[in-house]
Formats: sequence, structure tokens, C-alpha cells
Amino acid sequence: MLKILKTRFKQGCRTLLFPKTPAPALPLRYRGRPVVADPSGSVDLGEISFNPDSDVVYSNDYRMAVSKREDLILFHKRDMVLARALNDRMLKIFGRSLKLRQVSAGGCNACELDLNVLNTPVFDLSRFGIQFVASPRHADGIVVTGPITKNMHEALLKTYEATPDPKLVIAIGGCAISGGIFCDSPQASRGLDTIIPVDLFIPGCPPHPLTILDGLLRMLDRLEKHK
Amino acid sequence: MELFNGGQIALSNIKVLAVQEFRNRILESCHAAARLVNLFGNLEANGKIRILAIMGMDEDAELEILSTIISPESPQYESLTKDLPQAHLFEREIAEQWAIRPLGHPWLKPLRYHSNYRAASDIWKNIANKTIPGEYPFYAVDGEEVHEVGVGPVHAGIIEPGHFRFQCHGEAVMHLEIQLGYQHRGIEGLMAGRDLRRNMLLSESIAGDTSIGHSTAFCEVVESLTGCSISARAQAIRAVALELERLANHVGDLGALGMDAGFLPTSGYFGRMRGDYLNLLLALTGNRFGKGLCRPGGVLFDIDAKMADDFCFKLKKYREEFKDVSDLLFARPSVLARFEGVGVIALKDAKEIGLVGPVGRASQLECDVRINYASGMWQFQHVPISLGATGDVYARALVRNQEVLRSLEFLLRVLPSLPAGDIFAAPGPMKPDTLAVALVEGWRGEIMHVGISDAQGGFARYKIKDPSFHNWFGLALSMRGQEISDFPLCNKSFNLSYSGHDL
Repeated sequence: MLKILKTRFKQGCRTLLFPKTPAPALPLRYRGRPVVADPSGSVDLGEISFNPDSDVVYSNDYRMAVSKREDLILFHKRDMVLARALNDRMLKIFGRSLKLRQVSAGGCNACELDLNVLNTPVFDLSRFGIQFVASPRHADGIVVTGPITKNMHEALLKTYEATPDPKLVIAIGGCAISGGIFCDSPQASRGLDTIIPVDLFIPGCPPHPLTILDGLLRMLDRLEKHK
Repeated sequence: MELFNGGQIALSNIKVLAVQEFRNRILESCHAAARLVNLFGNLEANGKIRILAIMGMDEDAELEILSTIISPESPQYESLTKDLPQAHLFEREIAEQWAIRPLGHPWLKPLRYHSNYRAASDIWKNIANKTIPGEYPFYAVDGEEVHEVGVGPVHAGIIEPGHFRFQCHGEAVMHLEIQLGYQHRGIEGLMAGRDLRRNMLLSESIAGDTSIGHSTAFCEVVESLTGCSISARAQAIRAVALELERLANHVGDLGALGMDAGFLPTSGYFGRMRGDYLNLLLALTGNRFGKGLCRPGGVLFDIDAKMADDFCFKLKKYREEFKDVSDLLFARPSVLARFEGVGVIALKDAKEIGLVGPVGRASQLECDVRINYASGMWQFQHVPISLGATGDVYARALVRNQEVLRSLEFLLRVLPSLPAGDIFAAPGPMKPDTLAVALVEGWRGEIMHVGISDAQGGFARYKIKDPSFHNWFGLALSMRGQEISDFPLCNKSFNLSYSGHDL
């Protein structure tokens, strides 16, 4: 028992102060929100793989979640429209307590793992009233990862239908948004929004936990206005 | 024909045996010192299917490759599985991919529910349009008080999909059957062709938690086919990343094991500490899973002296923290009571079903690619093998614990003295009609990629084997005679990949 307490003391409190203070700086090499240098160019965050050996130039900005699919397309010198807060009625229902059911539909497990990271003491997602639950019947929405394989199509629809209305749908990662690098496969879909309506798109391969957290908090209007 | 890790051989030089001789040779070798490392089909130009078997002689660091030809007019052969259980999943895969029937296979069921690769009629009618596990012929036990428990594909936690069907008598599990395939994205199909850039990205997404392992294997295949030898510095950086990946996952697994034994403090600490290693990968590669580091010809990111110092400083700190928390876990009687004697796999069974990686080593199977088939950095910097004795959850936890400490030691030895040199040199074109193999000890065990080049500088066939492909049956076996409440613990002690299996 003493040993447990001693270790507890040594470990200390590791939870980020974010969003009360700005998020910790990410390493220089982190590939975040792209910058469009070409005046006539554009970058679709839902389609790119965030790989270093492409023409895309990346910034260090982790904020990339949006409410509409078209907002994922970035243009030269145009501000990105980040995720909007839900309407007042939805905020009243979900703003202080949001239960989500995750469905992995062909994901490589990277998105799933970084979603799990939100439950570690560092991010401590439950302090925002957001929780992942075991049954869609207990959920206010579903979080989908992966390119929605043919073999997961039915299970995804059943889970969606089992979630009571009103419900939210969140697509996490390039695969769920557009099929990603699997978009040419006959086994994959061309994105979750071709199957069910999506309320929040969080791009990345996989998105950084901060990107996901930022998206969820924006949707729930839990970020200070200036951030 | 003999082959070594990272080696290549012209397709025309691979011995073609008569089907019966092919079978006898495999059985002979595998009943002696060898192990079936891979068994897969490849479509020949004349429409015939060539079955290739790769066996590993772990003690000699050698691979033996044999082949036989199956004609499409008579798509069948005598199954190996009935005499060699480790061939079980490979033969089901061949049956599904090439519509070739292994006669007398004791467990011939579909694997990933897709139509075959040669546009023949499938062994299972209308397979591509069926949903899993709807019509899957599960093994069922009949009798009074016998009941069935089905779980998945959508599980309780944030994990990948799979279906588990338990045959229970009260709390006791008589049999567990695992049906996967939900994550099937058709990667092997996408990998065939000439778009090597896309192939590179695909290899990083075979199993996201093993991005470094699989992308290293892909690079080694291309490097072997192009005759490109990468610098010692690039090899060292790949090895550093591979060990960081192992550290992150092993530490995370120990946390999850503590959680399922009902001991929460360690799960919280280990869960956070797992992130420390991912953050080192992020600092190195710009991605928490190391995507974007390995490319044919070397690596894209260097480790300068400042970064090496910083990593060493942090790793020393992480080592102390790890020891603290691991002592807490392994000294806890309530944890040990849950770990010990649960989910035992005896050495004999482990050999027979062909377990690999830490799960195999926990049952005293002495194989670690880093040691037995050392290539790259591992030829110069050795890590000792970590073996368990008891084959239970405890042994699987203990092997991970030992491997964490040894990986840390390895990193602290390698980082301060990285070899000099360029980190990248673009490879040339691939040799045509050649087969190349690469083995990598990922954190789950032996990864094998086999690339067969075509005459146009692309791949005619690309075969991927994740260690989970060997080990899923081990999980099912470990549950025999256990209580159903032991499943989460056994499952975590294996922590296998669904996406790596389903491809």
C-alpha cells in the first residue's frame, strides 16, 4: 500500500492544462495543417496521407477538425473554417455530457489507439464529460475510423441504427473521411459521408490526440472564443 | 533452395517439385528443425498457380524455399494441415485467394470473405456477397447446460472488430472460435502494380501500431530487388524506431494487463508512459506511429547529436519510471494470482501451431528475428533473447517486461554512437521476375514480406504476413478449459492485430 502511494506521489499529476492554457508545443517535424503556397492550388485534408514525401507543405498547427466536408479543402491565404459549435438545442442535450460509441471499420488501428490515448491521465477526456461507452444504446453518437470495409458495412449500419436520436456522427482519419489510401480498393468505401450523414470530420493519418480533442471541444463549444 | 533474410532469388531458380514431393519435403523439414514461415500462391503467366513454401531453420539463420505447380483444371492438392497444424491458416488463405481446395483440411472455412484472385468459381459459393459471421459454420458443442456466447464484431472498447464464439459449460470454456476478416481492405491486391509510392504508404497502414515494422520489411524487399544497400546510419535509425515502437506497445500492453487483472494504478501510469515513446517517434518522424520514416534507400529523418542526447536523457528517466511501476505490478499478489497459470500454452503446442514473437518466447520457443535472422543493425548490436518458462499470462507479461528493459539498453547503447553517413540514397530499378524476402522482428513477432517483381519494374505479387497470422489460433487454444472471465486477460496477453491479419 505504501509503495502504491509512493509511486503515486512520484508520478504526480500529468494532466494537460489545455484548454485553459494553450496546448503544449508540438515537435518541429510534426506534420500538421498544410499551408497552400500556390495561389491557384488547394489541398484536401480528407484525402492526403500527411506523408513527408509529397508536394504538401505542413505547418505545426494541430487544429484541423471541421463540420463540413468541403471545409477540409484548403486554399491559398484563405482562413480555414474550423468545426462550428452544435446548435443550441443540441448543445443543451450534449454540451455537458457526451457518450460515444466507437466503430472501427477497417482502420489500421492507429486512429483507434490515439483515440484511446484521450482516456489516459494526460488528456483525461472524462473531465469534459465525454466518455466512450460499450453499447450504441447508451451512446449519443458514434465515432468511426477506417475506410468502411465491405465486411464492416452492415455492422456499422446496425450500430448507427442502434444509437438513439438525436445522434452525432464523427469521422476520424483520412480513411473514414475519403477511403484514404484504400480509396481504390473494391473492399473499401469512398468515405463515411457517402453512407451516413457526418457531423464532425477530423483528418490525419492518424490525427494527433490534440487534433481530436480540439475537434470535440469545438463541437461542444467548450473552447474559449479567442482560441 | 536456400535464402537468407533480405535475400532474393530468380523465380526460375526456385525448385519446382511434384505436389507429393513438395508435401513430403515440407513435412520432413517441419517435423525436424524447421518451421513454416510462409505458404502462399502466385499466378504464373500460363494461368497455373504456383504454391511457394518458405521454411525457417531458426538455428542456421537460413530460409528454404520450395514450390509446386497446381493446374487450374484440377485445383486441389492433399492438405498439409492434417499432418502439420501450423499450415492451417495458410491453407485456408490459399483456398480463398486462389480457389484451390486442400483435400482433407480439417477446418476449411473462409478467412476474409472475398472472391478469389484468378476469377474462377470460389470454393464457398457467393462468398464475396456474404456478411460475416452470419453464415459462418461455427464449431458448436451440443448438450444439456452447454451454451454459446458470441461477442463482436463491435466490441465494448475502442478496438478493432472481430467475432468471438465461445462454447461454454457454465463458466468453463470448452472451445473458442475466432472469426476475423472485418478489416479486410484488399492490401495485397493494391500492392501488386507499379505504384511504389502508394505501396510504401500502404505498408505503413497494414497495422498502424506496427508501422515501422511493416514499412521496414517493405523497404528491405525493394532494396533487395534493386540491389541497393542502405547506409549503416539509416539502418541504425530504422532500428531505433523499431525499438521505440516495441517499447510503446509493450509498455501499453503491461498497462492493459494490469487493468484486466483489476489493478488500476499501473494501467494509468503505463498508459501515459506508452505516450512518452510515441512522442519520441513523433519528434523523430513527425508522426506518433513513425509513418513517413522508412523509405526504400534509407530513412527520411536524421537523428542529430542534440536529438540523440535528448533521447538518451529522456530514455534514462523513462527507464527509472518504468522500473518503479513494473515493480509495483509484478510484486502485487492479487495481480500475480490472476496472471499465474492462466491461459497456458505448452512448448509442444506452441511449436505445433507455430507461435512467433513474445507470445512464443513466453512458451520457451527460442526465436527472435533480431537474433536468429539478424540483418541491418542487428548484425552489429545484439540483444539477448527474452524467454519465459511457463507459457501463461504471467510469462507473456514477463517477456514483455524483459524486452522493454533490453530495448532501452539497446537504445542507450546505439544512440550515442550512431554510425556516420548519408541517411538516404535513391534505389535504382527492380530486377525483373525475382522474389525477395524480408523478415523483421516487430513487437508482435515475425513479420515477413515477400515481393515478386514483374518485367515492368513493379510487383506481380506481394505477400504480407503479420505475426498475428500465426498467433490468433494460440489465443483460441489458451482459452481451452479457462473460465470465460479469463478471456480479457488472455486476449490482452496476446494483443494481436486484426488489421494485420485481415490485410
